[in-house]
Amino acid sequence: MFDEEKLKEIKEKRQEWEKSCLEPFMKKGGERQEKFENLSWVEIKNVYDPADIAHLDYIRDINYPGEYPFTRGVYPTMYRGRLWTMRQFSGFGTAEDTNERWKLLLKEGQTGLSTAFDFPTLMGLDSDDPLSDGEVGKVGVAIDTLKDFEILFDGIPLDKVSTSFTINPPAGIILAMYVAIGDMQGVPREQLRGTIQNDMLKEFHAQNTLVLPPEPSIKIITDIFEWGVEVVPKFNLISISGYHIREAGSTAVQELAFTIADGMAYVEAAIERGIDIDKLAPQLSFFFNSHNNFFEEIAKFRAARRMWAKIMRDEYGAKNPRSWWLKFHTQTAGCSLTAQQPLNNIVRTTIQAMAAVIGGTQSLHTNSFDEAWALPSEEAVRVALRTQQIIAFESGIPDTIDPLAGSYYVEWLTDKMEKLAWNYIERIRKMGEGSVLRGVLQGIETGFFIKEISNAAASFQREVEEGKRIIVGVNKYTIEEQLKIPILKVDPEVQRKQIERLKKVKAERDNKAVKDALDWIRNASENNENVMPAILEAVKAYASVGEIMGVLKEVYGTYKKPIII
Amino acid sequence: MEVEEIVEGIFGGNKRALARAITYVENDYPEGKEVLKRIYNKTGKAHIVGLTGFPGVGKSTIVSKLTQEFRKRDKKVGIIAVDPGSPFTGGALLGDRLRMDGFDSSKQLWVDPGIFFRSMSSRGRAGGLAAKTGDVARLMDAFGFDVILIETVGAGQSEVDIIEVADTSIVIMMPETGDDIQINKAGILEIGDIYVVNKADLGGAEKTEKWLKAMLMMDQEAVSLLEKTTHADEMAVESGRIYELLHKKGWIPPVIITIAERGEGIKELADAIEDHFEFLKSSNLIVERRKKRMSKELFDLIMDEIKRELTAGKFNYKEIIEKVVSNELDPHTAAEKLVKEMLTKG
Amino acid sequence: MRKIRVLVAKVGLDGHDRGAKVVARFLRDAGFEVIYTGLHRTPQEVAMAAVQEDADVVGISLHSGAHMTLVPKVINYIKEYGGDPDEIVILVGGIIPEDEFDELKAKGVDGIFIPGTPIAEIVEFIKEMVPKKKEKARLKKTA
Repeated sequence: MFDEEKLKEIKEKRQEWEKSCLEPFMKKGGERQEKFENLSWVEIKNVYDPADIAHLDYIRDINYPGEYPFTRGVYPTMYRGRLWTMRQFSGFGTAEDTNERWKLLLKEGQTGLSTAFDFPTLMGLDSDDPLSDGEVGKVGVAIDTLKDFEILFDGIPLDKVSTSFTINPPAGIILAMYVAIGDMQGVPREQLRGTIQNDMLKEFHAQNTLVLPPEPSIKIITDIFEWGVEVVPKFNLISISGYHIREAGSTAVQELAFTIADGMAYVEAAIERGIDIDKLAPQLSFFFNSHNNFFEEIAKFRAARRMWAKIMRDEYGAKNPRSWWLKFHTQTAGCSLTAQQPLNNIVRTTIQAMAAVIGGTQSLHTNSFDEAWALPSEEAVRVALRTQQIIAFESGIPDTIDPLAGSYYVEWLTDKMEKLAWNYIERIRKMGEGSVLRGVLQGIETGFFIKEISNAAASFQREVEEGKRIIVGVNKYTIEEQLKIPILKVDPEVQRKQIERLKKVKAERDNKAVKDALDWIRNASENNENVMPAILEAVKAYASVGEIMGVLKEVYGTYKKPIII
Repeated sequence: MEVEEIVEGIFGGNKRALARAITYVENDYPEGKEVLKRIYNKTGKAHIVGLTGFPGVGKSTIVSKLTQEFRKRDKKVGIIAVDPGSPFTGGALLGDRLRMDGFDSSKQLWVDPGIFFRSMSSRGRAGGLAAKTGDVARLMDAFGFDVILIETVGAGQSEVDIIEVADTSIVIMMPETGDDIQINKAGILEIGDIYVVNKADLGGAEKTEKWLKAMLMMDQEAVSLLEKTTHADEMAVESGRIYELLHKKGWIPPVIITIAERGEGIKELADAIEDHFEFLKSSNLIVERRKKRMSKELFDLIMDEIKRELTAGKFNYKEIIEKVVSNELDPHTAAEKLVKEMLTKG
Repeated sequence: MRKIRVLVAKVGLDGHDRGAKVVARFLRDAGFEVIYTGLHRTPQEVAMAAVQEDADVVGISLHSGAHMTLVPKVINYIKEYGGDPDEIVILVGGIIPEDEFDELKAKGVDGIFIPGTPIAEIVEFIKEMVPKKKEKARLKKTA
């Protein structure tokens, strides 16, 4: 990035500075730590200078926003054109409660809805399943059949809103329900907008919402791609997530590497299926975590964009520049919040949110300071949103694009993160004998991902225990305090009502039509055909989530995860 | 719990009594020995099956599926899973290999009253078993389990100790593709009564099966050759291997192909296990085997007793050591003297 | 030498096992024999494992807020399966509000550890409580 002569001069100057300026000073006091490392155990130098990024080329590696490799952002105007979407995720007991809340939000001008489901729905279990006992409607809305969706979207025009669904094993069922509601409202399917998370690979690595084994899970996700590019071309068919990998204790490098590898695996599966990659690419989205180490996070987001652009253009041959974009949602790190001195969490969240914005996120959820522990209080929810608004309107951060570009440290670190992530990806590719898809599946089978993440989590904890890592208010600067944690109480009434409704639906529906549709799902699965048309049919016949998942479980078996500590 | 209560509990089907007895035995409590003495005459009925193999071959899955299969056949199943323990801290993570996350029918294994699952730490011992594995199997036997499955550590090194404990030893492996076949080196080709090639869906299972069968046949031939050599006896004493092989006459270890994850081949494996037990009984080999095992166990116990007596300071042991150290006595004479004294006075 | 056996259990549908796994590792390194149950266990399964493994300590990790219903269930099933909760140190880890500590303790819980507790503290607690509780149970029985 600098001419040879100048660089030589700089290097000489550095040596001189170290000798005549730094050394005498070090002799007096030295540094407060023997070694400085970020959260990925990457050693950080005292000072970065042009020599550290001399190997980078501005146009090739950084370039302007909106241009390959998109290090500085996918849009040419970024936040000068439009701010990021402030998308706060939240869940409420029944479909009625959620509907009421949504209508209120829409009246206030919000256009993006975000759905939290309860645990049984997330696992593909009906509310009357014995395993659902006590969990129905607890951390989100319970969905058994299309009937619940009708209530959820009552009076909400689907051509006017975009809806995000954080759900994985039953993602195809939920997408089918959304299409069915659109059909009822007379909204053309190609106008439907929203996102399903639909990322099973990270469930195997970290999040543990596990129903079917890995290979059939990939098959169904590919079905959703194949069907989705034709039927709902404006819908994000997947949100490839590093968030949960990080929450499970990974490093930032692992989060970056495993998420990108998962993304590659999905693309390879789609290509194997014969899906036009330029058609699919705009319907892929990503989801990252933003943790405490400010510069490391910014570097991670920038590296992710650059890697994905290279991968899509050079490895998979996508032609449309739009296909090279990595668009992502960010959530601040729930795992970084502490129960002790909870107000400190506002500060943590602010730093993390700033990193996400400087890193160029498309949308952002900021955690409430009591969110990791409890049902967030109204005040905490407000402060969380205000944090984003203060960054947006008071800080001046969004006024120029990618303000940290050109920082010797940030460019060096962006490059370093990318290199370390590539090392992981090449390891994974080798495990798959040239295929990242096979490599990821192999890594799941052998427990590679779980081991890597668990080791990082344990190492981090060890450093906290030893006092090498300071967590303010937890292992240093502690106070005597009474921990007030309001816990979400379960209203047993929700479960009773939900089961009642399910019973009623089952009694009133055309059970012959349900059986036919379920048989169709079974046949399609057994014959390795796309299962989505059959799922849509089943959903419209009011087959339940549990019934549909039940058929898939019969065909594919359930996944049993070996325990690796 | 008192010895009396435990013994009654074991005979009366109280699982807590069994669990506590195992703890006592595992930790060398005097109560443990007492319990073992009292239940001994009720042992000898169960079929003790050992499963060994390299890490990652799917031992745990096979144990789970076999347990389900034996339960279908109305047999009560005791399971002992041995995991490595650190010789330094003494700590261990146990039993997790058999316990899987997820929702499915294998969950019933957890609460089925016909199943008892116990994990043991090897506590740093090599060979694939914990020191007291055999005694724990005995406790389960007395409790009334029909089949006792023992899963060895599976740490990759040769784990041949299982034949000291099990009536039927199963060696599990995966299809191997390379020329360099691992199982060749581990010494486990000499111990199997049944061989399993699991994860057959990976491909290459047939090749492994063929190779295995060839090796096993060759062993039989090797035996007949060795029978003619004069050194056969010495070799038999040295490794125990030829003795075993000679008495395996009439039983050529079968090779079973499985995809345990999907339950394929499990019935066949359970059949083979039952067949082998029948064979052992009908050929009276079971008595031979148990006799041989018992002679070794008794010998070990006698040595333990002697050691304990000596280290407790009896027979002037400490003084004799001093004398040997100060050259007043040579160690051979000292040993002879000690033994003589023990036999006459003891 | 008697080794302390600890059953680390996850009950309920939540999939957050980071804490439980880290604790399991540290307890092992402290010299305990640790049995980890894996995710999504029912109270029956945890209780059965506690009895069969003759666990000295049962540590239940929950993040779902269902501790008031699930923890007493585990204790009751231990009894039902022939175990003696008086002899077992029952620990709960996770997000537990302080105003529910007393109620949980009244129901038989010996120690409650919220996130951020140094694991060394848990180790010390176990070392101290195991013999104490066994002695208490013995006295109770002989009385």
